[in-house]
Amino acid sequence: MLRIRNLKCFYGRIMAVKGVSLSVNAGEIICLIGANGSGKTTLLSAACGLLASWTGEMEFEKKSLKGMEPPAVVRSGISLVPEGRMVFAPLSVLDNLKLGAYTMYKKKAVSAVEKDLESVMNLFPILGQRYRQPAGTLSGGEQQMLAIARALMARPRLLLLDEPSMGLAPLVAEKIMEAITVLRSRGLTIVLVEQNALAALEVADRGYVFETGSVVLQGAADELLADKDVKRAYLGKDYGDFYDA
Amino acid sequence: MQDKSTYILYTIFTLGICLLGWSIDNSYYLQLLIFIGLNTLLALSLNMLMGYAGQISLGHAAFYGIGAYVTAVLTTTYQVPPLLALPAAVGAAMLIAWIVGMPTLRLSGYYLGMGTLGFGMIVHIVFREWSSVTGGASGFVGIPPLEIGSLSFTSDKAYFFLVWIVVLLVIIMCRRIIDSRVGRALRSIHDGEKAAAAVGVDTRTLKLQVFVLSAGIAALAGFLYAHLIYFISPGTFGFMASIRIVTMVVIGGMASVWGALFGASLLTLLPEWLHAFSEFEMVVYGLILMTVMIFMPRGLTRGLLDIYQRYRKHHDR
Repeated sequence: MLRIRNLKCFYGRIMAVKGVSLSVNAGEIICLIGANGSGKTTLLSAACGLLASWTGEMEFEKKSLKGMEPPAVVRSGISLVPEGRMVFAPLSVLDNLKLGAYTMYKKKAVSAVEKDLESVMNLFPILGQRYRQPAGTLSGGEQQMLAIARALMARPRLLLLDEPSMGLAPLVAEKIMEAITVLRSRGLTIVLVEQNALAALEVADRGYVFETGSVVLQGAADELLADKDVKRAYLGKDYGDFYDA
Repeated sequence: MQDKSTYILYTIFTLGICLLGWSIDNSYYLQLLIFIGLNTLLALSLNMLMGYAGQISLGHAAFYGIGAYVTAVLTTTYQVPPLLALPAAVGAAMLIAWIVGMPTLRLSGYYLGMGTLGFGMIVHIVFREWSSVTGGASGFVGIPPLEIGSLSFTSDKAYFFLVWIVVLLVIIMCRRIIDSRVGRALRSIHDGEKAAAAVGVDTRTLKLQVFVLSAGIAALAGFLYAHLIYFISPGTFGFMASIRIVTMVVIGGMASVWGALFGASLLTLLPEWLHAFSEFEMVVYGLILMTVMIFMPRGLTRGLLDIYQRYRKHHDR
């Protein structure tokens, strides 16, 4: 569904992603893990058109993403849930959701939007209860749910999630992960960027491990979970081995 | 939110206009009310850009001036009827806004402020130095009054109604835009341009469109001004005028149509009330603006609503 070959991203002269190749098949959950500054967020920004300075190849459903602006990317079926949620704080929950459907309204698909509103409120009932409240008054977890729901309103086929569990209590983060598996079961393809590697690998099918702008490891999620280096570097396990040696 | 309260406000507003228009005969008061109307148009125009979309313009008087000068030159020098000069004046301002906006609106925050400031200065200098067309620093004299068919707007009363009907129409137009999908998108740009782009809002085009619309409304005010006073000079459209428009929006309350009305009224009436202070006039004027900002940082509209709500809460107990 999404194919990336030899992607290099630049911020001015700094190369933040240094030749990454990856592929996402329809119906998969792919997770990208790695420390801060390893290029995961940059890759997502490039994929959805927010960052234009990149070289290499990116194809979504066999169509190149080169030179596409964010609105065109959204229309083609990719939605981003940005890092740090970025809900529109002064606007009501409902207005946030309707903004998510901006491209749908442009297509005059008003009845479809009404249906989608109902469906995301079923997925996250709390949004239904708070739809008149300004988004800024929601808790962190609720804002994350809103950010995901907002992205869903554009009816994406590929959902890019940037650190959805960041700064959330473990129980809330778990809820978000549950929602992600529900979305997959509804046929959505998902790319999940996470610092919380354990949680991400548990829901994902495959994973890529990033380090300073390159992919250093890839494979099935359970293989990565069992991998010694991954365990040590990202899961905080086996420190005993480390010190005993 | 095109709900009941909006219609009630429209009705009160319309009744208010009729009442004032029929009861007041003193031409000084009528003139004052006409100026409040013109300033409301200017504040509304900047409010769309600054209050809703969050894009600051420190050169807005330029569009006001373009509207005034285009109609002045067309109707006086070329004897074009005002009704035809109107679309030309508004269109010229919109076209210039489009050309200027393309590179300028890539900037944001302080930098956009500086960019629009520069634009305002250039336009002001053009008005002053292009004497063969604009009359230069001494101004442009002999603009004809507005006559549309057999209707002539020469009396203060007729002009009062004309200006305020235009204000009402512009308010309705602004509210309709704000309550639409486009209005939501504008507010999303204000809150976070990147997040707005991520949901599929074409931020660059939308910013340009609202800038052009805003310029058009300002030019409409300029058109009305020129045919009211029959005389225009560059001083009216300089840097201070731009700052006054910004002040009206901020004092009245950003992102509020009625805030534009409040801000424009206060800033038009205040200098008149303060004549009593003679040489201290400007000092008191500045003090009042400072006080409003300190105690009502979100502007008069929000501030008064907050006070009202606190009062209600107090009484419910």
